[in-house]
Amino acid sequence: MIRVELVKLARRPRNWVSLALLCGLPVLVAVFVAVTHLAPPPGQGPVLLSDVLSSGSLYPAAALAIVLPVFLPIAVAVIGGDSIAGEAGSGMLRYLLARPVGRARLLTAKLVAVVVYVLTAVVLVAGTAYVAGILLFGSQPVAATPGGVTASNLAATSLSGSGLTPGDLLLRIAGAVAFISVSMLGVGAIALFLSTVTDSSLGAALGALAVLITSQVLVTLNSASAISPYLPTRYWLAWLDFFRDPILWRNIDRGLAVQGVYVAVFLAAAWAHFATKDIAS
Amino acid sequence: MIVTRSLTKRFGSFLAVDQVSLDVREGDRYGFLGPNGSGKTTVIRMLLGLVYATSGQIEVLGKPMPASGPEVLAQVGSLVEGPSAYRHLSGRANLALIDAAGPAGSRRSRQARIAEALERVGLAGIDNRAVAKYSLGMRQRLGLAAALLRAPRLLILDEPANGLDPRGIREMRDLMTALNEAGTTIFLSSHQLSEVEQLCGRVGIIDRGRLILQDDLATLQAPTGRLVIRSTDPGRVAAALDGQVQHRDGDLLIVAAPDAAALNARLVSAGIPVDELRPERRSLEDLVLSLTSAGADRVDRPAGPGAQAGDGDGPDQKDGGSR
Repeated sequence: MIRVELVKLARRPRNWVSLALLCGLPVLVAVFVAVTHLAPPPGQGPVLLSDVLSSGSLYPAAALAIVLPVFLPIAVAVIGGDSIAGEAGSGMLRYLLARPVGRARLLTAKLVAVVVYVLTAVVLVAGTAYVAGILLFGSQPVAATPGGVTASNLAATSLSGSGLTPGDLLLRIAGAVAFISVSMLGVGAIALFLSTVTDSSLGAALGALAVLITSQVLVTLNSASAISPYLPTRYWLAWLDFFRDPILWRNIDRGLAVQGVYVAVFLAAAWAHFATKDIAS
Repeated sequence: MIVTRSLTKRFGSFLAVDQVSLDVREGDRYGFLGPNGSGKTTVIRMLLGLVYATSGQIEVLGKPMPASGPEVLAQVGSLVEGPSAYRHLSGRANLALIDAAGPAGSRRSRQARIAEALERVGLAGIDNRAVAKYSLGMRQRLGLAAALLRAPRLLILDEPANGLDPRGIREMRDLMTALNEAGTTIFLSSHQLSEVEQLCGRVGIIDRGRLILQDDLATLQAPTGRLVIRSTDPGRVAAALDGQVQHRDGDLLIVAAPDAAALNARLVSAGIPVDELRPERRSLEDLVLSLTSAGADRVDRPAGPGAQAGDGDGPDQKDGGSR
C-alpha cells in the first residue's frame, strides 16, 4: 500500500508543480540579489540573506528561511489535507477500504507519503539553493570576520566569529534540514487529522493553516506568553541556532520535543477517528 | 453468502436501517429493491464494512463482518453508488493501483488480470486517455472491471446498469449471467425493475429502512388465479362469462378462472374470437409500488388538498406506508 501511495504521489502533476514553486522562489530571490548586489541590511528581510553575498554556500539556509514561513507549510498542509479527504472526495476511499485496505494501513501509507513529500521538498529546496548559491555568489571559503550578534549576521562566520569549514557548514545545513522536516511533520500530522474529519481536502488544508496562523499570532503576543512554549510554531526558527558556534541546542531540543508531541497526539487522534468512522462518501 | 440478523443503523435520531434480516444464498442472483433513501445503500455499506452497524449481526461468506473484513472482502467485488477513479490517470493505471492496493496478488500477473477484467466489461481496446475524458458508460464499465479484478466469489453491485445504453445493459446482463453460472453469487440493487425481473431469481424489498419482503421471484410472480383475455368482441365474452369478469378495459378482460384451457374451449365452442389468453401475473413493478412508499427524494407539501392531488399512485401506496 505504501508503494501505491508513493506512485500516486509521484503521478500527481500538482505535487511536482508545488515542488517546482518551492524551489523556484529561492532561486528567483538569489537571481535578484546576485544581479543587484542589494541584499537587505542585516536584521531586515529574510533571515541570513544579507550574508549570502559573501558566500553562496550558505544560501541553502537562506532559502529555507525564505520558504519556511508561508510556502512550505501551505504545500505540506495541502498534501496532508488531501490525503484522506481527497480519496473521500473522489469516491475512491470506499473502493480502497472495500478492496480491502485496512484503515490503519491506509492511514500509515498516507503518513509515509506525507513524510516523503516533506523530505523531498526540504532537501530539494536546500539542494537547488546550494547549486544556485554557488553559481551566483561563488563559494569563497568562509572568512573569519568578526561576527555580529543579530541572527542575520551569523552567516559566513558563526555567531561567535570563528570560521566554519565547508564540511562543518554542510553538517549544520543537514541539521537544519532535519529540524525543518520535523517541524513540517507537525503540520502534516495536523492536516492529516483534519483530513479524516472532513471530506473536503480544501477544508482540511485550510484548517491546518488556520491552526498555524493562530499559533503565529499568539507567539508574538506577550499576553499569551504563558502558552507560547507549547505552540506548534514557537520553535520553528530554532534551526538558526545550528549556525551558532557552539550550536545552541536548548531551543532545538525543545522544538523537536514540541513537534514530537504534536505529531503523536494528532496521529493518534487521526487513527482513533478514522478507525471508527462511518464512510459515507 | 450474506446473512444479516436484525441489522439496524441509526444516524443520530434518524433510523436508516431497521431490523433488516437478509438471507442471500450461495449462487443466488439477488435483487435488492427499494425507493431512494430507503436504506439500500446503507445496508450495502454495512455489508462492506464501510459503515458500522448500530446493532445486529452481519455474516458475509459465512464470516462475521466487519470483524473478518480483510479475509472476506478479498473475495468480494463491489460497486457502490457509482464508479470512482483517479481522473487524471488512465483506466489501466487506475486498475493497476486498485489491484496493487488489495491483498497480495502476484505483480507479474497483474497486467494479465487487468487485461482480462477489461475484456470482460468490453473495454479491451482502451487507450491511455485519462479517465476524466471517459463517458459515463465507460466509467461504469471501468468500475465493474475493478470489481471483477480478483475473480470474486460474491459481487455486490449498486445500480450496475447506471449510465449504460440499452445494448450496454444487455451486455451487463449477459456478463452477470455468465459470472453467476460460473459460480459467482450476485447481489445487486437497482431501480430498474425490468432489469431485476430479467436477471434475478430472488428479491428483497426494503422500504423506510425495513425489509418488507424477501422471496423467490417465481413465487411472487406466480399466477394470480385470474386470466387475461383479449378479444375483438369483448361484449360477447363478458356476456358468456357473466359473473366471472372482474375487470374490463376496452378489449381486455380479467376473468376469475384458473384454467385457461377450459375457458378457451368454452369461448371457442361459443364462437367467440379469442386473440389472447394468458394467466395474470403480478409484475414486479406492481408489487414494488404496492409495497413501498414514495421515495425519500420526493418532498410533498405537508398538508392541504393541493399536495394530495399530485400524488397519482393510487390507494395502494398508502397501504404500503402502513406496513
